[in-house]
Amino acid sequence: MATTEQPARHVGARVPRKEDPAMVTGQARYTDDLTVPGMLWVAFVRSPFAHATIKGIDTSAAKAADGVVDVFTGADLADDFAAPIVCAWPIVDDIKIPEHWPLTKDKARYAGDKVAMVVADTRAGAKDAAELVEVDYDPLPAVTDIELALADGAPILHDDLGTNLSMTWRHSEHSPVPARGKPEDVFPAADVVIKEKYRIQRAVPNAIEPRSIIVEPSPAQGEFTMWSATQIPHIVRTVLTLMTGVPEAKLRVIAPAVGGGFGSKLQVYGEEALLLVGSRKLGRALKWTEERQEAFVATTHGRDVVQEVELAADRDGTLRGVKVRIVCSMGAYMQLLTPGIPLLGAWLYGGAYESDAYDLEINGVFTNTTPTDAYRGAGRPEATYCIERAMDALARELDMDPAELRRKNFVPADAFPNHTIVSGLIVDSGDYHASLDRLLEALDYEGLRAEQKARRERGDNRLLGIGLSTYLEMCGLAPSRVAGAIKLVCGLWEAAQVRVMPTGTVQVMVGVTATGQGHATTFSQLVADQLGVEIDDVEIIAGDTKQMALGMDTYGSRSLAVGGIALHLAGEKVVAKARAIAANALECAEDDLEYDTGTFTVKGTDKTMHVKEAAFAAWTAHALPDGMEPGLEATHVYDPPNFSWPAGAHGCVVSVDTETGEVDIERYVAVDDCGVVVNPAVVEGQVQGGVAQGIAEALYEEAVYDEEGNLSNGSMTSYLVPTAAEIPPIETHHTVTPSPTNPLGVKGIGEAGTIASPPAVINAVIDALSGLGVTDVQRPATPQNVWRAIEEARQ
Amino acid sequence: MRRTTLTVNGVRHELDVEPRELLVLALRDHLGLTGTNIGCDTSSCGACTIHMDGQSVKSCTVLAVQADGAEITTIEGLASNGEMHPMQSAFNEHHALQCGYCTPGMIMAAVGLLQENPNPTENEIRSDLEGNLCRCTGYHNIVKAVRAVAAG
Ligand code: FES
Ligand code: FES
Repeated sequence: MATTEQPARHVGARVPRKEDPAMVTGQARYTDDLTVPGMLWVAFVRSPFAHATIKGIDTSAAKAADGVVDVFTGADLADDFAAPIVCAWPIVDDIKIPEHWPLTKDKARYAGDKVAMVVADTRAGAKDAAELVEVDYDPLPAVTDIELALADGAPILHDDLGTNLSMTWRHSEHSPVPARGKPEDVFPAADVVIKEKYRIQRAVPNAIEPRSIIVEPSPAQGEFTMWSATQIPHIVRTVLTLMTGVPEAKLRVIAPAVGGGFGSKLQVYGEEALLLVGSRKLGRALKWTEERQEAFVATTHGRDVVQEVELAADRDGTLRGVKVRIVCSMGAYMQLLTPGIPLLGAWLYGGAYESDAYDLEINGVFTNTTPTDAYRGAGRPEATYCIERAMDALARELDMDPAELRRKNFVPADAFPNHTIVSGLIVDSGDYHASLDRLLEALDYEGLRAEQKARRERGDNRLLGIGLSTYLEMCGLAPSRVAGAIKLVCGLWEAAQVRVMPTGTVQVMVGVTATGQGHATTFSQLVADQLGVEIDDVEIIAGDTKQMALGMDTYGSRSLAVGGIALHLAGEKVVAKARAIAANALECAEDDLEYDTGTFTVKGTDKTMHVKEAAFAAWTAHALPDGMEPGLEATHVYDPPNFSWPAGAHGCVVSVDTETGEVDIERYVAVDDCGVVVNPAVVEGQVQGGVAQGIAEALYEEAVYDEEGNLSNGSMTSYLVPTAAEIPPIETHHTVTPSPTNPLGVKGIGEAGTIASPPAVINAVIDALSGLGVTDVQRPATPQNVWRAIEEARQ
Repeated sequence: MRRTTLTVNGVRHELDVEPRELLVLALRDHLGLTGTNIGCDTSSCGACTIHMDGQSVKSCTVLAVQADGAEITTIEGLASNGEMHPMQSAFNEHHALQCGYCTPGMIMAAVGLLQENPNPTENEIRSDLEGNLCRCTGYHNIVKAVRAVAAG
């Protein structure tokens, strides 16, 4: 067979990651790996009390200790800050946001609240001296439970606010888009109404790399370079400018290799501000690296929500309405996005289903706990858990198969593109029946139901359960106008810059920073195909505000769907300029050129010019078209017209031992639709990792506070991050419904696994035990919680 | 300060270390071998796994002075003659890492595992790697990579 030479196609291929060689050989540089000449070490003094008045702080012994350079309290730094820690998402006008200083001055409001900062010449010296700081605490009663915090007589965290209730947001009142209908018009006449209550326990993100920060000043220039283990160097720069007055142009923030974030590094932390201010005060470089037990209290937590949901339906299973009230713990203070986290799920409590009416109320409450903020999925796992649990409850009430009930209510594929769902937002595309069908086939659903029945009939004490979760999520939050309408104080565009060098390699600057997602590989695949170069000829530069000044950073599964599109459109501009250069060089009209993977060909001839040649011509600038600027590069800032809306169907098969309460996952199957897939290996990796985190939430992890308000399992020996022995193999499948809103047809995939999996697992556990009358089990479904659910059902 | 001799990746070093200094900090801070990471303070995560006298060991559980005279291999010493160790290549090929932070420790543990048990079952791999946490990958591809190396 004759072969014609085809340019290599990279998009869609399982390209091994370019990031890996440095990482597997120990050459990747994380913040704690870096050293700056003359740097000093920082340690923080943190309150051991969840709630206490600070009557005095004596730093004299610490200051006198060997190697200690200085010790600062909140009062010492009062004039060094222009503003307190910033909360950028005041979701309602009358929200109560307490003052939140990097070092608390009057009261400690959670165990871990920072009280003083010690600077010494060694890591150990700073730590030892922190023990010498004497703080006179007057302990107060603490409250860590969401519902107790709202009870009469509860200890009030912020005396000036007079209440622990920070805010109430109602869809019917605050959503910029109206719901299809009101619950009050639907519920009274409904055939069936079910009411459920769920508690989503608090989780600790536990990226394996603890946080670490270095600030190096250049006193003569008034400049500062910060290295930080962060997902958001650009936002850190802007917010620190607001907090400290260091001009943005004089503050360079670098996120080197970052060892996972999952939302916990989507933050501007007090520690970052303190190291900046401290280095300005002392004129010295400072470094701080968090220890793990410190991280348990000092790095933001996720979830901690109580949900009350009602569904209205016809007897035949047609869903009529969804009504939800949730109460969320903010923790002791507002961090960057704290109040906005539940809002990210506020339009998703109706799931992938049609119905007539929708309302949701969100309440935010202060408790004496570590502040909550984004944790993988942020708001959407909570919404998905609620609707997917409730759909199973409705199926039980109606005695319907849960797959059948879902199928009956899905938004049909022919409603797309751009279908307005019950909560009022416009969903780009989807085929939910296709994902579910694919899942049921992969699971052999009928076979499993038969096996389940057989085990029940023979009185097996290992009961089989099948749990489904057919999720719909929104990611790549956009456009900026919508961000404004829901009171987020920033835009949600993304930027990219493509520069073809004279020798034909390509330098790409992107505003999104990777924390393990494989941006360098995925983006190189896009560029290689678009410009007809090799993957290794593309250099991706990110995570440094000096090299790429524009960027909105990484969160909400936006890297490809927003950042990748910015990159694609910058590449289009480069191709357009190269076309003009080629037309000029080849003496034809631009329209006479065909373009394919880097090569322009004059139609009907063999005259060609490659983008690389155009780049050389653009550099010599000897014979450019009149008026053209030399150089072949372009920048694009992209503000997407809509979110992207991934969806899918996850299935979990468990065996539950009715005597011990032990849950074994026999199979976990994920079918995800994230539109066009650029690198299947990367996408599957995102799903597997996300599912593992969701399984962890469903079965293992919970941040537990004791009566006094201490985190009682604040270490890796007591807070059980699951190992390879607990996490099962995860089978991944895809369906592909391209997004019509962007030129690549892509959607996000970073959070889908964590969004979909907890209800799949818990639904499976309840499904296994439903014959015993079990309708609820407390998360995490530990043997103890499962056993308790069985006992309660027996009574 | 105590004079301590460590042979690391084939090179002999004489160090003066504090008696309380952990081996992992001696490697990182004194020898600049920052490939070995620190993920916890309770010997739970395995990010610091190295080989000491042929055994995989969590280097945060050993004092530098206890390692006096030992032969140590860190992730930086695993490749030979510029060729990656098969486990390193397999991690790349099977996408067994994302952020890469657990990876040096995970690779050292996996190499140690196969030295002890050249033909492990999937379950043996999973239970043998119990001392190494990964928050990114869900372990699926790590297990795949280890199996691929075992299969040759
Ligand atoms: S750092 Fe050694 S086990 Fe975690
Ligand atoms: S790859 Fe990130 S912790 Fe394992």
